[in-house]
Amino acid sequence: MSYHNPFTPPRKSATFDDYTLAEIRRAAATGIYDIRGAGTKRKVPHFDDLLFLGASISRYPLEGYREKCDTTVTLGTRFAKKPITLKTPITIAGMSFGALSGNAKEALGRGATLAGTSTTTGDGGMTDEERGHSQTLVYQYLPSRYGMNPKDLRRADAIEVVVGQGAKPGGGGMLLGQKISDRVANMRNLPKGIDQRSACRHPDWTGPDDLEIKILELREITDWEKPIYIKVGGARPYYDTALAVKAGADVVVLDGMQGGTAATQDVFIENVGMPTLACIRPAVQALQDLGMHRKVQLIVSGGIRSGADVAKALALGADAVAIGTAALVAIGDNDPKWESEYQALGTTAGAYDDWHEGKDPAGITTQDPELAKRLDPVAAGRRLANYLKVMTLEAQTIARACGKNHLHNLEPEDLCALTLEAAAMAQIPLAGTGWYPGKGGF
Amino acid sequence: MNTSVQQESLESMRVFDLATTPLRELNSALHAIAPGANDTDFEVVNPRGSHSVAVGIDTPVTVEVKGSVGYYCAGMNDGGTVTVHGSAGPGVAENMMSGTVVIEGDASQYAGATGRGGLLVIKGNAASRCGISMKGIDIVVHGSIGHMSAFMGQSGHLVVLGDAGDALGDSLYEAKLFVRGAVKSLGADCVQKEMKPKHLKLLADLLEKAGVTDVKPDEFKRYGSARKLYNFNIDNADAY
Repeated sequence: MSYHNPFTPPRKSATFDDYTLAEIRRAAATGIYDIRGAGTKRKVPHFDDLLFLGASISRYPLEGYREKCDTTVTLGTRFAKKPITLKTPITIAGMSFGALSGNAKEALGRGATLAGTSTTTGDGGMTDEERGHSQTLVYQYLPSRYGMNPKDLRRADAIEVVVGQGAKPGGGGMLLGQKISDRVANMRNLPKGIDQRSACRHPDWTGPDDLEIKILELREITDWEKPIYIKVGGARPYYDTALAVKAGADVVVLDGMQGGTAATQDVFIENVGMPTLACIRPAVQALQDLGMHRKVQLIVSGGIRSGADVAKALALGADAVAIGTAALVAIGDNDPKWESEYQALGTTAGAYDDWHEGKDPAGITTQDPELAKRLDPVAAGRRLANYLKVMTLEAQTIARACGKNHLHNLEPEDLCALTLEAAAMAQIPLAGTGWYPGKGGF
Repeated sequence: MNTSVQQESLESMRVFDLATTPLRELNSALHAIAPGANDTDFEVVNPRGSHSVAVGIDTPVTVEVKGSVGYYCAGMNDGGTVTVHGSAGPGVAENMMSGTVVIEGDASQYAGATGRGGLLVIKGNAASRCGISMKGIDIVVHGSIGHMSAFMGQSGHLVVLGDAGDALGDSLYEAKLFVRGAVKSLGADCVQKEMKPKHLKLLADLLEKAGVTDVKPDEFKRYGSARKLYNFNIDNADAY
């Protein structure tokens, strides 16, 4: 009688999984790394790993729909003569005309304005459409200085000095030639069709001492009217926040690794930077150590999707949040209605991230006039406004349940953590305990 | 000029003594000038290395600075004529839109950075990264310039009567560079190019605008982009 080994199914490596193998083959075939848009796709500890405790005998809740829960936030109270006040603490993050179509930028401006919040320019300058449709517009001051000019500085409502972003702390940008239309090229003083590299460092300052002098210059040019933000990627949030305060910022914008980009190497997006959840407490600690919490406002971005995320970010000490990817989804990015076209591009709705190629079926991350026409800026702006209002209502619902009459009254004590990782990163006790890693007395 | 006219001229000149007057007053007064106004002559004394002197000018004012200045003098100048009778710190005339800035002495790093128009004349030497990321500005340096000058220069002209340091024109786009002396080394994608008659004419005009009379255009060499790095190609990765 012959002996047969029992069948064992083929076993694939956890280290060399199918995606990894495909990437190795792709690199070998093309000789180039993968460039894509959006933020990290890996699973990282996030706001989902925190829960609110709600009111109980020791504290009482506020009546939903009846008792007031304020959502306003004022930014730029430290030095600016004209701070900005927003109806909701959910702002729209910087995204460039160039990376996005003119219609998409207009939709963001319209939606933000309807919801009573601000929107932000990007690497490529300010367009008249964007200024015209945005009641409150933050003008980014970036290393490339594409389109930078004093008139736009003066017609902005705030200035955001961009040091880094969460998708790529320490990295510059790249707008590939296929998106460089005549108008984009003209705004950036570059020939049409070439790859536009955005520098990773500012050309005329290095380090916090120089930055302080640079901010003085921007304030002098704008007669000390405008709030000045400093945006950093989530890398060393305690020190970056402290140095931004030292350099004279009115507002610190802190972007975790879930924050999106228009185009960067996948290896950079997935392997550089820290999760948003891990960035907030060190930044707040820096502000508290300097006696500047609530005096210099903190805006947190990177993976904010719902009113619960907003409430959690604020409970951890942020003054406001910014959304980018979620805002694009709200206006129509990755909508399944374009599924057949996503499939023709070798992808599927929900996974499309080749934003740099300019072929976006939804007409958002493109400069192709025919594709761009697909996005109706009025309807898309309405969708964004709806989404912002829903998020604000959600955050209020949670705040009232915690007994808070302003979103800013949410506090770490209102939270518990579901995982040890989240407990450690957010310095929030593990659910059912009074302990988090790093805190003594286990 | 007769005495009475000279007196009138002196009286119409507004003098700001930065030893006793806050910087804010100077810049505020410069920004308050309405287009077409007559009282457009300013003098700044005792600048003592102050930063952000005469920044954000947006009318055709004239500013004479009697001494040396710190960072970002004449930053974002749009139409003014600023003369520094001394030396300038980092980032002089950064992001200039139009107008003229003249430095009688030397200039520190990043002179004319990201400038989009106008003319910057440096009568002494300029340090590293002169004309970094320039976007249309014309820069004429009577002396020499430091390393990494015109890095990622997009458009405009950099004219150097002396020598250039290491890595001139690294990652250059369409800015045109003219150097009369030695170039220590060229940066990635920057090459020497033929000086054609149209370039000699262009250079002659720039020298004239900058008040250079004792130097001829044919004494210069022209440098520009090889345009090999304009679109990413993995085979060029070793160039960086």
